[in-house]
Amino acid sequence: MMNHSQPKGADYNYTVVRQFALTTVLWGIVGMSVGVLIAAQLIWPQLNFDTPWLTYSRLRPLHTNAVIFAFGTSALFASSYYIVQRTCQTRLFAPRLAAFTFWGWQAIIIAAVITLPLGYTQGKEYAELEWPIDIAIAIVWISYATVFFGTIIKRTTSHIYVANWFFGAFIITVAVLHIVNSMAVPLTLWKSYSLYSGAVDAMVQWWYGHNAVGFLLTAGFLGMMYYFVPKQAGRPIYSYRLSIVHFWALIALYIWAGPHHLHYTALPDWTQSLGMVMSLILFAPSWGGMINGIMTLSGAWHKLRTDPILRFLVVSLSFYGMSTFEGPMMAIKTVNALSHYTDWTIGHVHSGALGWVAMITIGSLYHLIPVLFNHGRMYSTSLINVHFWLATIGTVLYIVSMWISGVMQGLMWRAVNADGTLTYSFVESLEASYPFYFVRFIGGCFFLTGMLIMAYNVIRTVNAPQDSLPALAEAKAV
Amino acid sequence: MADVMTNFWSIWICVLTTVVILGCIFLLRVCSKNTTGVKEGESMGHSFDGIEELNNPLPKWWSYMFYITIVFGVIYLILYPGMGNYKGLFEWSSSNQSIRTLDESKAAVVQALKEGRWVQYDQEVKHADEKFGPIFQAYADTPLDELVLNKEALKVGGRLFLQNCAMCHGSDARGSKGFPNLTDGSWLYGGELATIKTTIMNGRNGMMPPKGGLPIEDSEIKGLAEYVVKLSGREHDAALAAQGQGSFMKGCFACHGMDGSGNKFMGAPNLTDNAWLYGGSRGAIEQTIKNGRMGVMPAWKDVLGEQKVHVITAYVYSLSHKEDKE
Repeated sequence: MMNHSQPKGADYNYTVVRQFALTTVLWGIVGMSVGVLIAAQLIWPQLNFDTPWLTYSRLRPLHTNAVIFAFGTSALFASSYYIVQRTCQTRLFAPRLAAFTFWGWQAIIIAAVITLPLGYTQGKEYAELEWPIDIAIAIVWISYATVFFGTIIKRTTSHIYVANWFFGAFIITVAVLHIVNSMAVPLTLWKSYSLYSGAVDAMVQWWYGHNAVGFLLTAGFLGMMYYFVPKQAGRPIYSYRLSIVHFWALIALYIWAGPHHLHYTALPDWTQSLGMVMSLILFAPSWGGMINGIMTLSGAWHKLRTDPILRFLVVSLSFYGMSTFEGPMMAIKTVNALSHYTDWTIGHVHSGALGWVAMITIGSLYHLIPVLFNHGRMYSTSLINVHFWLATIGTVLYIVSMWISGVMQGLMWRAVNADGTLTYSFVESLEASYPFYFVRFIGGCFFLTGMLIMAYNVIRTVNAPQDSLPALAEAKAV
Repeated sequence: MADVMTNFWSIWICVLTTVVILGCIFLLRVCSKNTTGVKEGESMGHSFDGIEELNNPLPKWWSYMFYITIVFGVIYLILYPGMGNYKGLFEWSSSNQSIRTLDESKAAVVQALKEGRWVQYDQEVKHADEKFGPIFQAYADTPLDELVLNKEALKVGGRLFLQNCAMCHGSDARGSKGFPNLTDGSWLYGGELATIKTTIMNGRNGMMPPKGGLPIEDSEIKGLAEYVVKLSGREHDAALAAQGQGSFMKGCFACHGMDGSGNKFMGAPNLTDNAWLYGGSRGAIEQTIKNGRMGVMPAWKDVLGEQKVHVITAYVYSLSHKEDKE
């Protein structure tokens, strides 16, 4: 019943899936390398070598764009194109348009890699790219939607599988978010001004910003989870009804959560309160996905002992659960008063980005790549295991160091003397953060090393002779 | 206080919020019952690429958790602003949100405190004033020449300096290019206690027009700079400096004085003390003459209030009078 082989395998369009799967690994390494470099710059500022192109302010958006839109989004393209074909039992709609989305998306990434270090930016977090690139993104994204929903329409199955609900919601919402937030008045080819101003601009930006997290990094990757976890575990999804509740509640609530990025700012009070309330109610629906994923392992727990791929998937769900608990807590205004603007936020983001997004992607790719290149398994299972430990330790080092330094910063900033003056100057809190910056840098090095090992394993798998990598006995027994 | 938005948008927000929250409750209730026609725990009967879905019930603890957050949210929206223009039972607000000027703000603070409205910012300021006010009142009642001998006051002044002044003047008060060094005993507007206090209270605008606004040719700048170097008592090219002295007499002396010792009433720098706000190299001096300079010290009386400025004055004075204390 749960079969790894693909009876209709030859019929599916795997070309575009293969392309996106391989570029996911490449862009993952690029994006994370830049991350490690800027983490190092925070300790050793001279690492910008006195060049404007290598300054922190220009490389930081390059890091975030590379990991979110190059690494993460390539992974979503690969997995959604693969999953939608297999769960709809049909080939991709408009294969040429699908090929266009690959080349178009790569061109956009290259444009980002060139323009961001040169200093061209709209100054909106996660939406830095200038207007010509924004237009290109909109065109590629609408093509993506056409291919995806076209495939759904011509499906040969009666129902639409839950993974595709999440992919569908993510594709539609990201299109709306991107187009609305990127509205700008062009001044020259590489300079534009936002159509909005003041608090409205800030609100539109964080409506976009938080839902880039909510829809791209959460809903999209839940789609990935809903396919690869049951596949790798060889077990049915735990609860269909839970899928329904948590899907609809998640997408209905997430879109309200943006204002929690703007607590204690010029945003009107009612907007802040409403954003906080919706972020809190979002807690249970977020956990619905984790429960459904982890409970799917019922009856397959023993596989965790031997299958590092499954371990990646399960640990990613644990990090997902942790950060979706942390998020609503940080959205509470009282907690936010301590956490806002500190490293705690950076730690929170990375427990989601490294622990959830990257780990579920890595696990899924280790499942996907042998299938795409007609092998039974990856070249080396023990290297997957090494990667698993590097990634886990790296993530834990990163999160824990940022928790400590974040809470410390928050407490230092609010400490007052008996006369009401602040106890610490900002520079003192910065000085106290250095040891934690170092631990964070080490954590980043661990994670990046894991990705390099993955690249080696992928190259050996792709280039392995036919039939040289038969499926392991454990996997066959499924 | 005027409403923040029109009734239409207020109703729009209330309706959308209510629909989303009720929708969540409705979904939870419907999916808590088994209406699928399939026995609980069994497969839904559809298979997608080999993946089946079981019809397990929602975990009870999870449903309760969902309900609890909804109840919390609803109570919060009754007590606090959130539903459009509705102000909440507590009538809490973070600040006086419709004000546009400083005067309006001050009037709004007085009004809100009189009416006992819960404007958090005003309440916190009031609380801080009550708690810390007496400390600063005592300092403010002490004449400055006594205050500079009060070690505790200097410590408080030092903290205020680090929080408010160090961004420009540096943690060690040695300044940087364009921001005066406060430790060297060289003063643009005078280093007496009363003058320092005036400077901090009202701020200063230092302005040197390009070429002093005088009919000086670009070709004269090199010589003029050499003369300025001579005035500061450094090694110089005597012939070039003599040439520059001629240019100086075109009018530079009006502000900087015949002997170049400056004029503290207008903040015209003393050129003879070898203390340089914008750099003392020949190149930097030439640039200053050619393009002029604009220096702004903001006024602090509305930001910190006179009492705190009083304490900071004592601290700033002490920086260049270390020996007095010892």
